[in-house]
Amino acid sequence: MGVGIQVENLNAWYGSTHTLQDVTLHIPANRATALIGPSGCGKSTFVRCLNRMHETNPIARVTGVVKMGELDIYKDASPVEIRRRVGMVFQRPNPFPTMSIYDNVASGLKLNGFRNRRILDEVVERSLKSAALWDEVKDDLKKKSGASLSGGQQQRLCIARVLAVDPEVLLMDEPASALDPISTSKIEDLIFELKTQYTIVIVTHNMQQAARVAEGTGFFLNGKLVEFDQTHKIFTNPRDKRTEDYITGRFG
Amino acid sequence: MIDETEQVKLDMEPGPLVMRNSRVNSLHRMLSDHLVTGLAVLSTIVVIAPLVSILLYLLYKGASSLNLAFFTHVPAPVGENGGGMANSILGSGIILGLASSMGIPVGIAAGVYLAEYGRGKMLGHAVRFTADVLNGVPSIVMGLAIYALIVVRQRHFSALSGGVALAIMMIPTVTRTTEEMLMTVPLAVREAGFALGVPKWRTIMSISLRTASPGIITGCMLAFARVAGETAPLLFTAFGNQFWSANLNQPIGALPLQIFVYAISPYDEWHRLAWAGALVLIMLIMVSVSLVRIVASRGILKGNQ
Repeated sequence: MGVGIQVENLNAWYGSTHTLQDVTLHIPANRATALIGPSGCGKSTFVRCLNRMHETNPIARVTGVVKMGELDIYKDASPVEIRRRVGMVFQRPNPFPTMSIYDNVASGLKLNGFRNRRILDEVVERSLKSAALWDEVKDDLKKKSGASLSGGQQQRLCIARVLAVDPEVLLMDEPASALDPISTSKIEDLIFELKTQYTIVIVTHNMQQAARVAEGTGFFLNGKLVEFDQTHKIFTNPRDKRTEDYITGRFG
Repeated sequence: MIDETEQVKLDMEPGPLVMRNSRVNSLHRMLSDHLVTGLAVLSTIVVIAPLVSILLYLLYKGASSLNLAFFTHVPAPVGENGGGMANSILGSGIILGLASSMGIPVGIAAGVYLAEYGRGKMLGHAVRFTADVLNGVPSIVMGLAIYALIVVRQRHFSALSGGVALAIMMIPTVTRTTEEMLMTVPLAVREAGFALGVPKWRTIMSISLRTASPGIITGCMLAFARVAGETAPLLFTAFGNQFWSANLNQPIGALPLQIFVYAISPYDEWHRLAWAGALVLIMLIMVSVSLVRIVASRGILKGNQ
């Protein structure tokens, strides 16, 4: 089951660049929340703060409070624990190139020392089914490398890999921007399915995509959260002039 | 969204001038294509020719002296015919085994440090600089250094000191190729590991190193092949031995040493044996490198099958 995320006064820096400024946002559980905004506005940095990936860069710094349910992720847990509970799908599909399809999906469990074959088999099958990839790959699970699949299949493989560790939150950083329209619509269908069980945060450049999949949408500009509301309000009746300018294509 | 100016360009008929130019262009392109391909083939031949000619010459000079005794007997005393290099083949195997088991793990570990932890740190720069300098140290100097550090203290020549000398010569190559190969692993692949909640050390061991392994294995093989033929570092360390010995604390025979001794001797019989020894040495290097490649390539899935 998903869990809600409360973000209070989040600030983030890369070196001396203040990429996120005082972001406060409540992300509801078991919903898809979209983040839109022009390139460089801080939306990717924001999601990378939610699973503590931001700090893997040695020059990066974060302040503020991020709570997953009751858990303060910067105080009460290690980055490794947080990343097991908050899965992430990246912009470019990044399967492990030397691993088979099976090993890719099982990697999160195997690399954390989980060895029970029967359960691994079950988890791999269930995850690939949830990621709508099972029927396409079930015959060469251990024969083919993850890198031999098409781009869209690789992205669904990466989603299956995240689902296998059974996270509560799914972060998706422009998951369809490197894919063709057919693969994109498959990913969107998938998000629709998954949001019943997971809290999903999706960064996207594609405003139609945000409108299609997300209940709530936040608009970022220059490191600040300008507006956050129900998706249909953002797209039909935004409160802020800057949001309106952006969604009507006047800049960005 | 389709740019309108682009649409116009696509619809435009190519004029006669464009046509003529494009024909000249395509001839020009075809010629330069053939020229560059020809140059590449020529360079490949220039690279391979010396290797093939050395191998053929060794076969011509050495093959006739190869017989079963060469692989089963120790060298004959001066004045007697026959004898072989069995003890040197074993000795080379032992020294190279020692060198690889010390040099490769240390080299890979140092390479991992440089690529994953030592970026922009003083220690990282120092290790990288030392490795590059170490790579340029003449092998005879390496032999003398190990002589002073180990042989003088132990008061005897030994297989172990020979192994240490060769191990130190392997380290820079292994370290630098490991570093370079790890740097080619895309950041996205590492991040995928971190984002799954895999600890950093585990990500490095099971994902980065595994992704870079074909290149790292090539680096280890290069280092191995390079030291397998080294004579100078062994002169004052392993020293050579005319008899069977597998004792790590005793002087031990090695193929390059035996070849050296035989080649500077005044006897024709020994010269022939030196040629045979050189042939066996090259063959052994080729076989061991190919074996490692075959074993390593099994179980690695290729990206585009």
